[in-house]
Amino acid sequence: MQVRALPYLLLAPAAVFLVIFFLYPAVDVAIQAFTSDGEWTWANFDQMVSHWKFNTALRNTLLLALIVVPLQLALSLFMATMVTKMKRGRDLILYIWTIPLGISDLAAGIIWLAILEQNGFLNSALYGLGVIDSPATYLSYQNPFVLLIAVAIAEIWRSTAIVLVILVAGMGLIPKEYYEAAEVFGAGPWKRFVKITLPMMRPSLQTALILRTILAFEVFAVVIALAGVQMPILMGEVYEWEFRLRESGVAAAYALVILGISIAFTIFFLWVLRTPKEARV
Amino acid sequence: MTAADIAVSAKKVRPTDHRSASRWLMAATITILCLWVLVPIYLILVNTLSSPEEVTSWPRQFFPSFDLGSVTFFANYQGVARALLNSVIVAVMTMVFSIGLGAPAGYALARFDFPGKNVFRVVVLMTRAFPLPLLALPLAIMFIQIGLDDTRFGLALVHTMLAMPFAILITASLFMGIPYELEEAAWTLGCNRFTAFVKVVLPLVMPGIAASAVFAFVISWNEVFAAAVLTIQNRTLTAFLLTSLNEAPLALKFAGGAVLVLPALFFLFAVRKYLFAMWGIANR
Repeated sequence: MQVRALPYLLLAPAAVFLVIFFLYPAVDVAIQAFTSDGEWTWANFDQMVSHWKFNTALRNTLLLALIVVPLQLALSLFMATMVTKMKRGRDLILYIWTIPLGISDLAAGIIWLAILEQNGFLNSALYGLGVIDSPATYLSYQNPFVLLIAVAIAEIWRSTAIVLVILVAGMGLIPKEYYEAAEVFGAGPWKRFVKITLPMMRPSLQTALILRTILAFEVFAVVIALAGVQMPILMGEVYEWEFRLRESGVAAAYALVILGISIAFTIFFLWVLRTPKEARV
Repeated sequence: MTAADIAVSAKKVRPTDHRSASRWLMAATITILCLWVLVPIYLILVNTLSSPEEVTSWPRQFFPSFDLGSVTFFANYQGVARALLNSVIVAVMTMVFSIGLGAPAGYALARFDFPGKNVFRVVVLMTRAFPLPLLALPLAIMFIQIGLDDTRFGLALVHTMLAMPFAILITASLFMGIPYELEEAAWTLGCNRFTAFVKVVLPLVMPGIAASAVFAFVISWNEVFAAAVLTIQNRTLTAFLLTSLNEAPLALKFAGGAVLVLPALFFLFAVRKYLFAMWGIANR
């Protein structure tokens, strides 16, 4: 009896915590979005959609994820392949490459602000090389495209490390014999990568993509630090409506939009990168 | 030397040539990628170790003047010291809560088979496919009702929600790595369940648990959105910097950014050994 109860006793605190701080607020935010003054209504969503910033915010957020995530995936696959080939210095290189893992998005935004602002290091370097005569302005609402690229660079710099760690961990699980066998049959490096590495890494690719895409939809402080309010994004709008405009209902509606696209992409990746039952190691 | 000899020697040389060329290419690529990570961090440190006037001057110097003007300006700026203290306190609370709640659950997942285990696992995994900072919105209202609004404790609870799923999965994998036989042996030698755990299992998993505790600390230390939504008087450093981005002088932002980065660098170095083991297992 005592032993049977033990696992439940150990789980209980964490389970109660999950119910109070995960399941309950998740339901509550949905209720908040669909109610106004205690009545069921679409008013919050109407207000959200009719505001001019909604479309821009949605487009910017999706576009940013679309630029950042595939580039990160390619870059970390490249880095992971190189790391597995290394013989000496592997630990040091991996440490350096994973440093951004510990850096917050706000700090990353500030770091790239130091580089890209008008009197920043990029302009100073270009001036030193004689490319420009006077500082150029990059981070201005007049070039929304450059703002987007600046945010994308900062995001790629900061958050590629998490993808890299997941992929390196996954690559380490592939049995060496597979590569040896492929080499015996004359498969070149590229063929081995496409025919062994990629398919075998499906679970890690799936985890990395789900995690990174969701985090990309949550992008917030990088954008605030680099672009201020000149570049609307979904999470920034949640903050705006909650704080400056004091409309919790509309903020909750925005939250549901973020939640909706996150779940949609999670299901998409779960389905596209599913591992067939017979192929599980 | 005959033509045949030359052909032979050429054949001998070419593969090594090719190999060393590709080795150089790889070394160069690795170096560039290291610089890509390190140079921006170096530049923010240059800014931090320059005077506030130098930070806004043109063109910018690429080496620090080791002037502590920016640092003292940051340290004496209204509200910074308090925000720094809040950040540390919230992060320590998050660390204690997420290990205190997560490690027992991890042990249960690793050691027992029981009905409901899978439901629990799925809920824990589900949290990772969920934009967790958004939970701060409904929780802000709940906190007002129960008097936890704008408190460090309340924010630490939300940060625990971010860090605990990791703590559960990581500790579960740590406990799985320790043979059950060790515990059984301890029982036959007169330990009960609890003393066997304390004397045999705990010393073995302690470094790993410390690593996941550090991870929880970093998660809380770096979190911006929930901190900005849930606190007004008790701002953490991230929330403080975010809300002062508009009006604060550049020197303050840069010094603040550097102060945010430094502990993270140090902590990451401390847990580097566990990083990959943690993620390799958290994969499944």
